[in-house]
Amino acid sequence: MSKPVTLPRWIDILLIPLLNLLTAFVVSGLVIAALGENPFFALSVMIKGAFYYPGSLGYTLYYTTNFMFTGLAVALAFHARLFNIGGEGQAYIGGLGVAVFCLSLDHYLYSWIVVILAIFGASIFGATWALIPGYLQAKRGSHIVITTIMFNFIAASLMVYLLVNVIIEPGQMSPETRDFKNGVGLLQIHKALNFFGIPSTATPLNLSFLIAILASIFVWLLIWHTKLGYDIRTLGNSETAAEYAGINVPRTIMIVMCISGALAGLVAVNEILGVHNRLLLGFTAGYGFTGIAVALMGRNHPIGIFLASLLFGTLYQGGAELDFEFSTITREMVLMIQGLIILFSGALAYMYNPIVEKILINLIGKVKD
Amino acid sequence: MSTNQIDKGREKSLPLNSQSKILELKNITKRFGPVLANDNVSLDVIEGTIHGIVGENGAGKSTLMSILFGFYQSDNGIIKVFNKEVIINSSQKAISLGIGMVHQHFMLVPTFSVLENVILGNENGSILSKNLSSARDKLIKLSNSFGLEVNPDALIQNLPVGMQQRVEILKSLSRGAKILVLDEPTGVLTPQETEALFGILKSLKEQGVTVILITHKLKEIMAVTDFVSVMRNGKMVSNLVTQNTSTGEIAELMVGRKVLFSIDKKASQPGDTLLQVSNLNLTKDDGHQVLKNINFHLKAGEILGVAGVAGNGQSELLDSLSGILPIKEGSIKIMDQEIFSQNEMDPKEIRKLGVSHVPEDRQSRGIVLPFQNRENSILGFHYLDKWNKGIFLDNSKISSYLQNISEQFDVRPNNPFLKSANLSGGNQQKLVLAREIDSKPKILLVGQPTRGVDIGAIEFIHKHLIEMRDNGVAVLLVSVELDEIMSLSDRIIVMNNGEIVGEVLSKEANEKDIGLLMAGVKS
Repeated sequence: MSKPVTLPRWIDILLIPLLNLLTAFVVSGLVIAALGENPFFALSVMIKGAFYYPGSLGYTLYYTTNFMFTGLAVALAFHARLFNIGGEGQAYIGGLGVAVFCLSLDHYLYSWIVVILAIFGASIFGATWALIPGYLQAKRGSHIVITTIMFNFIAASLMVYLLVNVIIEPGQMSPETRDFKNGVGLLQIHKALNFFGIPSTATPLNLSFLIAILASIFVWLLIWHTKLGYDIRTLGNSETAAEYAGINVPRTIMIVMCISGALAGLVAVNEILGVHNRLLLGFTAGYGFTGIAVALMGRNHPIGIFLASLLFGTLYQGGAELDFEFSTITREMVLMIQGLIILFSGALAYMYNPIVEKILINLIGKVKD
Repeated sequence: MSTNQIDKGREKSLPLNSQSKILELKNITKRFGPVLANDNVSLDVIEGTIHGIVGENGAGKSTLMSILFGFYQSDNGIIKVFNKEVIINSSQKAISLGIGMVHQHFMLVPTFSVLENVILGNENGSILSKNLSSARDKLIKLSNSFGLEVNPDALIQNLPVGMQQRVEILKSLSRGAKILVLDEPTGVLTPQETEALFGILKSLKEQGVTVILITHKLKEIMAVTDFVSVMRNGKMVSNLVTQNTSTGEIAELMVGRKVLFSIDKKASQPGDTLLQVSNLNLTKDDGHQVLKNINFHLKAGEILGVAGVAGNGQSELLDSLSGILPIKEGSIKIMDQEIFSQNEMDPKEIRKLGVSHVPEDRQSRGIVLPFQNRENSILGFHYLDKWNKGIFLDNSKISSYLQNISEQFDVRPNNPFLKSANLSGGNQQKLVLAREIDSKPKILLVGQPTRGVDIGAIEFIHKHLIEMRDNGVAVLLVSVELDEIMSLSDRIIVMNNGEIVGEVLSKEANEKDIGLLMAGVKS
């Protein structure tokens, strides 16, 4: 009967997103042209800035790591139809988890033990920060979108208070903790490469990138290959079916939020443990929010999220280069391109479907004739 | 083409005088992507008759009517109304041509009065009061002349379903409908309300209104129509004069093969009481009491039918028995396990006791539409050890299980990776039934097993329910299809307004008495 046509899978997951992306870039190009610059030259600057210049790839992948963590966090929650807007706050509190373990133990235990504890600390603190909105949603029916947004603000205020009043390094002006003991931190990739005799420029890329890849595999296995994942997807697709099947809905909501928060908390591992080696204000820099766009673009699938993260990482790194190269283009241009990407691949994701559908049907019709 | 020739002889007997044709559809073709919903369909409707259109779900009836009412445009073919070729590209156009439509789900605003609903979309300007008074006169005149009494000031939400339908009909008539299309109008009515509706349709016919009745209930076709057109797989298979045909013939044309109507069943041999419900009460959060002092028992090897018009507490009863709704007052005893408010059990625990549940709404409960068939084949059982290998689901075992039960229960296509949303209603239902029956339950709760299911599948599902009974399973069957209840059940309880208003043995039951009980007339 009036069944809508289902497009072949490759069109849905490959062609359509590429068309959307292309549209976003064409519109961005028009804006750059309107500013009086050559869009193709700008594009080449951006791509070189993200991949070609020495050290640029390292920076790109370092940003990618952050987007992968927050993207996975949003996607996992979304499989249970929970909109976790709180990645930003969960990542921020994750940083507190890293700092608590590092600052209290780094002079007493082996460095590698402290690092492992700090990674757990980041995820446990992030999970706890997400659990509270999860609990409120599951047991009290408070909408998760509202509560997670509020928890972002609470996290920001809490961190300011702690960094200014409690864990600030005594005798210094900027709100930061003391540096962790030398050696308490994750190995940076360029150091490893240099050790093996491959000369490479110093970049912030560190072992967290591997953790992000492991986290992607973990999420993939969890969602599609475990009982819990089955519960999560049932809940996400039909709460009535979940009730019918005897799935404990409140419990599942809380578990999902915990895992989601833990993933977001891992941003702190990349930033604090991998790069800064001390806790400081505002290190999350909006990664939590961009994670929403990443999950959206990546269709909530770990592979899609990796690709989307790489794209956003490229924009971050290549955008800095744009700013550097052109006097008329500022770093905010990247925000605009991001916005256009979100617009075309999120809000208008299905814009091309009817057209592609028509073309496809005509093609098939012709083949059959 | 060839299918159109099946009944050539009979078609000749139709008075095909072009003078009297009020509506002609010629070679209508509608394609949705690769799906041919209407394949070269032609239909002639003669003025002042009641014309039935029958066909299984997906045969193309609704598509055809949607084209007639301007929701879709046909790819090919022409429509003639009053012998004039027209293009209908919107419902407004259809209305202006004198075509009215009463949808299966009423398009009424529950908080508006009858009068307000009748002028909805036809308000004639921005000042309401003037139009209301003239509309009131018109409405009263209309309802008098057609014998459709309604109170213009009653709120829709306070009216019984049969009355609401009347308002829908009046709404169409007030726009000057000469052709009235009714889509599955009896689905929500009691037998008595159905009778009343047929009376209305006949009086409309006498006043010269042409009625097109879309239904899947053959009894209704025989009772009220003059002509009947049968659709199958998007094609118009046959046009018949109702009095020259029989339900058997129509069913055969619909399905494309012979259909058994009578259900072969032996006398039941009830065993031990497996389910005992005592003084069950349930009040919803809004203070509305939906179950009132429910008492009944269910024995092994019998089918207990729960009859009633939809929305009289049957759904809540099923939900309470399966653990979806917690028990607040009263108790349920499942074999030796007593369940009451201090000793609640969730659906998972109840399922472990050997209770399987085929839910009323398969699309929101019984299956998860975006899931693959294999994933749906373990819904509710996915936590069992047999589906898990360590911490992971045993996906290959689940796939072969799905293929296995699909084979047994004739779920087509038998494809573990196909999304269940792409199965037809009948096949979705067979999948749910397969899963629940295969769990070897002691008690089987079944809600609306054949709603939106094609005739072939209905036969199959009924056969399986009887087989379960013969194997000593206690079956509780909730259905709004009275025929289904009467032919399958051994005992029947009737629910009205949250109460059990009567119990009858099915061999002593007749439709009229049960109908009165359903309507709450007799207690």
